[in-house]
Amino acid sequence: MTIDQFLLMKNEILLIAIAVIVLIIDLMTDNKKILFPVMIILFIFTTVIGFIYQTDGELFGGMYRSTPLINMMKNILNTGVLIILLQSAGWLINKAENHENIGGFCFILISSLAGMCFMISSGDFLMFYLGLELATIPIAALVAYEKMKFLSAEAGTKFILSAVLSSGILLYGISILYGTNGSILFKDLNNSVEITNLQALAFIFILSGIAFKISLVPFHLWTADVYEGAPVNITSFLSSISKAASVFILLILLFTVFINFSEIWNELLVYLSILTMTIGNLFAIRQQNLKRFLAFSSIAQAGFIPLGFIGGTSLGASTVLYFLLIYVFSNLGAFGVVSVVTSATGKESMNDYNGFYKTNRGLSIVMMLSLFSLAGIPPVAGFFSKFFLFTIAAKQGYYFLLFIAVINATISLYYYLLVVKAMFINENEQPIEKITSDVYAKLGLAICVLGIVFTGLFGIIFDYINTLSKGI
Amino acid sequence: MIENIGIEKFVILSTLMFFIGVYGFLVRKNLITILISVEIILNSVNINFVAFNKYLYPENLQGQFFALFIIAIAATEASVAIAIFVTLYRRIKMIDVENVNKMKY
Repeated sequence: MTIDQFLLMKNEILLIAIAVIVLIIDLMTDNKKILFPVMIILFIFTTVIGFIYQTDGELFGGMYRSTPLINMMKNILNTGVLIILLQSAGWLINKAENHENIGGFCFILISSLAGMCFMISSGDFLMFYLGLELATIPIAALVAYEKMKFLSAEAGTKFILSAVLSSGILLYGISILYGTNGSILFKDLNNSVEITNLQALAFIFILSGIAFKISLVPFHLWTADVYEGAPVNITSFLSSISKAASVFILLILLFTVFINFSEIWNELLVYLSILTMTIGNLFAIRQQNLKRFLAFSSIAQAGFIPLGFIGGTSLGASTVLYFLLIYVFSNLGAFGVVSVVTSATGKESMNDYNGFYKTNRGLSIVMMLSLFSLAGIPPVAGFFSKFFLFTIAAKQGYYFLLFIAVINATISLYYYLLVVKAMFINENEQPIEKITSDVYAKLGLAICVLGIVFTGLFGIIFDYINTLSKGI
Repeated sequence: MIENIGIEKFVILSTLMFFIGVYGFLVRKNLITILISVEIILNSVNINFVAFNKYLYPENLQGQFFALFIIAIAATEASVAIAIFVTLYRRIKMIDVENVNKMKY
């Protein structure tokens, strides 16, 4: 093996190197605060390298593969994790009780990201399963991170049990697929998979295993509890990065291995999408806790994603990528504001945000932009991504699905505007006092705002993703 | 090679184990027993992989390697899960699912 072949795995190698460096510094020093800036600089370096240096090829007999499209997916994930790390600075550095744990937090978060990267660039089901578990198990530890809180432990319990059950179901599907085809390589399966009853069962098991991670509706019951109990930054990690990675691997599996099944999964995804959008929206309306509200809004947002899968076109794939890129920015913007407020005051109920604009102008404007982008109001990027998704469904002739999706987009506008109304219009005698956020959080929110405003306006970004997705 | 035992016996066994595991996961009240049910599911998958490999595709070892990796990962999952149960136990001094219900709708 030459050095060129190793460079295919540059992103994973760099991430694991950062994780090891973090551990070593954590052991060597007593002043744990130094750790954080070092790691941020290393992580920015990794993210930038991912954008500059493109790779294309296979390793280990096809177990690991890398294409420009997969590179783009990893770049989206890296950017999102960078924003989350910046946002969690306030929670980690400003609280003395968390100083001991900075090293552990960063190590676990980065190993989970490395697992996602391995999962996305897997070329067979063994690599896929290992990456999936490396991505999931560390998150369970992070969800139960606040050892002193009962809610955190409860959320961790619910998360690890449902994650393990879903991966068991997924594995059973893979074993049936192996028994009927005799291989676990995506390349071989691509030619030999055909619609028989047993293989359709295997496909449904695999789909439901991944749908657990995306929290599509019949499999969503863990979501709200885990999101509420976990620390805010972990919630934002789960709702954007983890969800995006699972959608990416679902995209790759559907478009490569299960392309012969397209008539089955078109039908299935239509039902899943309708259920997810409707139920996510209906539950989001009645939430008062802002974290729980954002959890159900993220379920509803996940319901729009299957619209892009329909038909199995490469244009659909690039639309899904574009949607997730913007979703990561806008969701992290909203969670960033919640994270700043929670780490400063500990308040996370919606009524606490009454009159927020009077005291914190900047933060409430960021929150407003993110919510508008999630709702899909024209000048911001969220409108364009949703519009493109609707176009894909319309082109394939699924008008009923489109009708439901448009109605749901309208309903979602109602509850997003409830939060905006609370911040800007509602009166409050004791609004949250002025919060001065630290440099890291400001930088993170600035990246989010730039992403929300400019990814939609410059068509060149969508064109770029579209040229990549030809080679899926 | 085991004489007189067809592959269908193994598939029946693994299917039974899978559904026993799912049943136990849904019905049991103790968190440790729920974890054991999940381990039964993972072991049923192992039986499937090894049996398919031995009977249908003996020319390569993909299935057996997969089973090895599943065993290793099942151990890590169990250790993380039990670590979380321990923190839970320290808070409420019991590990029944009925007590883990502070968050609902």
